[in-house]
Amino acid sequence: MTQMALVIDLNVCVGCHACVTSCKQWNTSGWAGPLVDQNPYDADPTGTFFNRVQTFEVGTFPDTETVHFPKSCLHCEEPPCVPVCPTGASYKRADNGIVLVDYDKCIGCRYCSWACPYGAREFDEKQRVMKKCTLCIDRISDQTLPERERRPACVMACPTSARLFGDVHDPDSEVSIAIRERGGYQLLPECGTQPANHYLPRRKTRMYIHPEELTRVDNPLLKEEFIGDEGDETLDDVAW
Amino acid sequence: MQDPTTHSDAGVGRVEVKETTCYMCACRCGIRVHLRDGQVRYIEGNPNHPLNHGVICAKGSSGIMKQYSPARLTRPLRRKPGAERGSSQFEECSWEDAFTLLSQRLERIRATDPKQFALFTGRDQMQALTGLFAKQFGTPNYAAHGGFCSVNMAAGMIYTIGGSFWEFGGPDLDKAKLFVMIGTAEDHHSNPLKVAIAEFKRRGGRFISINPIRTGYSAIADEWVPIKPGTDGALLLAIIRELISLGLYDRDFLIQCSNAAELVVDDPALADHGLFRRVDTDVDPECIDPENKLWWDRNNGAVLTHTPGADPLLMGRYTLDDGTPVKPGFQLLKERVEECTAEWAEGITGIPAATIRRLAHEMGVTARDEKIELPIPWTDAWDNEHASVTGNPVAFHAMRGLAAHSNGFQTTRALAILMSILGTIDRPGGFRHKAPYPRSIPPCPKPPVGPECVKPNTPLDGMPLGWPAGPKDLFVDAQGEAVRLDKAFSWEYPLAVHGLMHNVITNAWRGDPYPIDTLLLFMANMAWNSTMNTVEVRRMLTDKGADGEYKIPFLVVCDTFSSETVAFADLVLPDTSYLERHDCLSMLDRPISEFDGPVDSVRIPVLPPLGECKPFQEVLIELASRLKFPAFVHPDGSRKYRDYPDFIVNYETSPGSGIGFLAGWRGKDGDKFLKGEPNPQQWERYAEHGCFYHHELPRSYQYNRNWNQGYLHWSRVHAMTRHSDPILIHIYSEVLQRFRLAAQGKLPGRRPPERLAQRVETYFDPLPFYYEPLEHGLTDTQRYPLNALTQRPMAMYHSWDSQNAWLRQIHSHNYLFVNPQVGAANGFGDGDWIWVESAHGKVRCMCRFSESVEPGTVWTWNAIGKAAGAWGLGKRADESRKGFLLNHLINEELPAHASGEHCSNADPVTGQAAWFDVRVRVDKAGAEEPKETSPQFTPMPLLPGQERRRGRWQAYVAGLFRK
Repeated sequence: MTQMALVIDLNVCVGCHACVTSCKQWNTSGWAGPLVDQNPYDADPTGTFFNRVQTFEVGTFPDTETVHFPKSCLHCEEPPCVPVCPTGASYKRADNGIVLVDYDKCIGCRYCSWACPYGAREFDEKQRVMKKCTLCIDRISDQTLPERERRPACVMACPTSARLFGDVHDPDSEVSIAIRERGGYQLLPECGTQPANHYLPRRKTRMYIHPEELTRVDNPLLKEEFIGDEGDETLDDVAW
Repeated sequence: MQDPTTHSDAGVGRVEVKETTCYMCACRCGIRVHLRDGQVRYIEGNPNHPLNHGVICAKGSSGIMKQYSPARLTRPLRRKPGAERGSSQFEECSWEDAFTLLSQRLERIRATDPKQFALFTGRDQMQALTGLFAKQFGTPNYAAHGGFCSVNMAAGMIYTIGGSFWEFGGPDLDKAKLFVMIGTAEDHHSNPLKVAIAEFKRRGGRFISINPIRTGYSAIADEWVPIKPGTDGALLLAIIRELISLGLYDRDFLIQCSNAAELVVDDPALADHGLFRRVDTDVDPECIDPENKLWWDRNNGAVLTHTPGADPLLMGRYTLDDGTPVKPGFQLLKERVEECTAEWAEGITGIPAATIRRLAHEMGVTARDEKIELPIPWTDAWDNEHASVTGNPVAFHAMRGLAAHSNGFQTTRALAILMSILGTIDRPGGFRHKAPYPRSIPPCPKPPVGPECVKPNTPLDGMPLGWPAGPKDLFVDAQGEAVRLDKAFSWEYPLAVHGLMHNVITNAWRGDPYPIDTLLLFMANMAWNSTMNTVEVRRMLTDKGADGEYKIPFLVVCDTFSSETVAFADLVLPDTSYLERHDCLSMLDRPISEFDGPVDSVRIPVLPPLGECKPFQEVLIELASRLKFPAFVHPDGSRKYRDYPDFIVNYETSPGSGIGFLAGWRGKDGDKFLKGEPNPQQWERYAEHGCFYHHELPRSYQYNRNWNQGYLHWSRVHAMTRHSDPILIHIYSEVLQRFRLAAQGKLPGRRPPERLAQRVETYFDPLPFYYEPLEHGLTDTQRYPLNALTQRPMAMYHSWDSQNAWLRQIHSHNYLFVNPQVGAANGFGDGDWIWVESAHGKVRCMCRFSESVEPGTVWTWNAIGKAAGAWGLGKRADESRKGFLLNHLINEELPAHASGEHCSNADPVTGQAAWFDVRVRVDKAGAEEPKETSPQFTPMPLLPGQERRRGRWQAYVAGLFRK
């Protein structure tokens, strides 16, 4: 079975929010739209975003890490949002493993958002239905698009290519290789949800210099002629 | 719902895809705008564009909400008769009324005293046209925002290596092994830098960030080195000292490619003390930096530089045959940094000495041991053939963190010298130039030389902005005082190559050096976040003289949105959005060139203008034609250019020069580039090619361009530069020494006024040095112990997008970020309301504790706070109730001191606004105080022509706002 997913590389994510708004602009006018905004030009603006970036700090100064953490529906293999849905609006597709909501069936009861341990669902306060990331299913399955563009909007936009997209069940896919080789991990594995999306951790590149490496036999200082100026006093001038 | 796998967007409505160039910030990515039934559906990066290769950022992805923003101005507006300025009481007028009003006024000024008209623009990528307009008008009072942005970075590097970061050069992360970023959070070169850093890290490159704050790019650095603001110069000098003392410098590079081995006269009794000893030899008198200087050869003593077979020394002191004592420039640098030990720098920067030494070792060893060799044969300027291009893979990037301090010019010089002694200039893995750079040090264009260059009804004699090479190039009167309103190129700020926009309103208000009549501001929020001392500047704009007239009699504002500054206008000109206009990112200005060759680009309208919006360029062309500027009319006075697109195609810098605004597809048949006669089909060619023109240089011309014979020749032939002489790096700056000698009374000719002699002598040091930022020496740093900074968030560019419904959800208000130690010491907790106070003013805001900031620094996001009602926002919007502006705390002038009563709060060399010098204290706000930011301002009303408030819900679907 195919399981499409995102693998997000925290080692290069700079928290620019390109994924957040590129998602919003594609989806608000697309199959899963609109993504409604509340108080768009007033106090406490808020709205529907399928993808958000959280930023947090780890450690204390000066050993601080600042982590940018993009988060959207993780398209769990065992999605807890599906069985709790009383109308069948929340469902997982058999063909690609994407978890979706059918707005026509959704009654806005929010059971699914309570069941989701990741807080990944977005309730549309205007339309009173639950919305969420679709992995841009209307892009990735649109055969009229060139193959390069059959990717989620966030993946297309990401300037640091921190978002890999592919089938995590295909062991030879880019995403599977990245998970395998670079320590890809799932969020809250203890919940048993088996999220399809994975994260790649930070890695540090360090440099080790042996003290003996600091100087070389071809040190340019050796090419200079360190002689005193003719006017300087020397022992020859003052001692017997 | 329909099965999404059967849904195709292409099947909904009439679909069009148009290519143009983004303008959600100054980065200038290529974009594809998807339209559905003529409305914007989706904006994506252009995958074929050399700058962004298909990626797009948060701002670019939110262009829709800018296009359809309710803050849009749609009609020309005039202040209502009898209404007070600043009260936003406007009435609509026609463009014909606006043009008549403006051209009559400007005609009178131009015929009497052209200086009385000042044109200042917030954006600086349109300077080819705006600068031409000012020059043709005859006013020197023109600049873009560079003076309050990053001119120290531009000038410090261009006066050292003949190029600088951002538009004119950058780090070659493709081949670097070590990348050191200093004082940068997000940057103008936004997407390319993100792309490059990510690829660099994936390849295993090591990334070190030196910054008081760890956000943005620094978040993914392998190592964060917190530093006290304004002390980078001390760090850099200590690193230079460590590298020299260990011999970790590229000796051959310094000898061949810089003036490090050239002999400097070292006898204070001599008139040419501190200048290179020059000898009579056959040199081109036009050459800016002729090779008539000397090396000290190991075997033969003094010889001409670049004498074949010579083996010059970098260190020591020598005596010429005529008895003159001399030293190589490098020896002087070595002596300069002698005292700059790592321990010395630790005390200033807060960085442990061991870390400073380790940073130096990492740079030096990587440069020395990880050498790159590319199999590219090339020939240097002295006819030596090289079988390969080599490089030392240590790359740097820096921007406002270094620049926005009053010591930023010398700090930037120190950085450029560090990059040079590591041998990384225009070599693989180091710093790479972008056309039209490198240019001579300094570049050729010069400002006017005196008041006589400003004449009625006559174009300005000289460029409004230029590159002084000595006191003779200053723009001063017989008393040595400023001729420009902002006092650029005077002895106060001799190398103010981007002007001083931050002092324009204050100087005009005070009438110092003179009052003006009309100030035209384009896209510059000078009544808010683009100004220092915001409250006072707003007052100056409405202040009246004894005669009851405004001290700045006429203020014209051209903008797309209802910014805070629009409220103060007498005449408002509604600009278009970026999707509604032609634009050109020109080789005459700041093109989008790549390391591999020149690139320029255009914007082509995707949508018709909203309402009566008119692109600012069209306004300038119209005015220039009505005012009959020589470059804009035929000899009989009839109009030369129909409109801006026509101007772009047909304008040549002089008749028959073949140089115009666009470099691509020139010549009648479109087969020439850079130089060639006008091509009537030029816009069509750009439209067919993704709106950009990219000329890739032969590989042998892509490196070592300062001294690459082939490149220098190519650049001369294609009219990019006036000279093809090699451009040697100025480790030792003779240009600066000339100003110092003048201040010491040792150079014949112009001298500074007495009050400024000491200042010029001190800061025009031919070698970099560290000094405490000027304001710190004039402030009670016991009372104000903290440094306060701003950073630009990646999802919001200055104030441009507070009107953007999507982006403002990411940043609708800002906090003051403080280290928890600061909160503990001052008795407040995370999230509390606090007062931030400087010697100049105070603001109330909310604080956030952060472990990502060094304890001596507090900071906030730049320009998130807004005045109530501005930018199409509701009166109670977060931006005005919870957001705040740090600008209120920063003065535009220094306290009176020996150099004058009203010196700009700026770098004494370049006039760069010293935003980041401000010192503050923080105190908990009283429990009884209102939970809103202070100061507050009278809300700005909706303006005529502006869309009414949209209400509580907004559901955007391809141009339609669904209920």
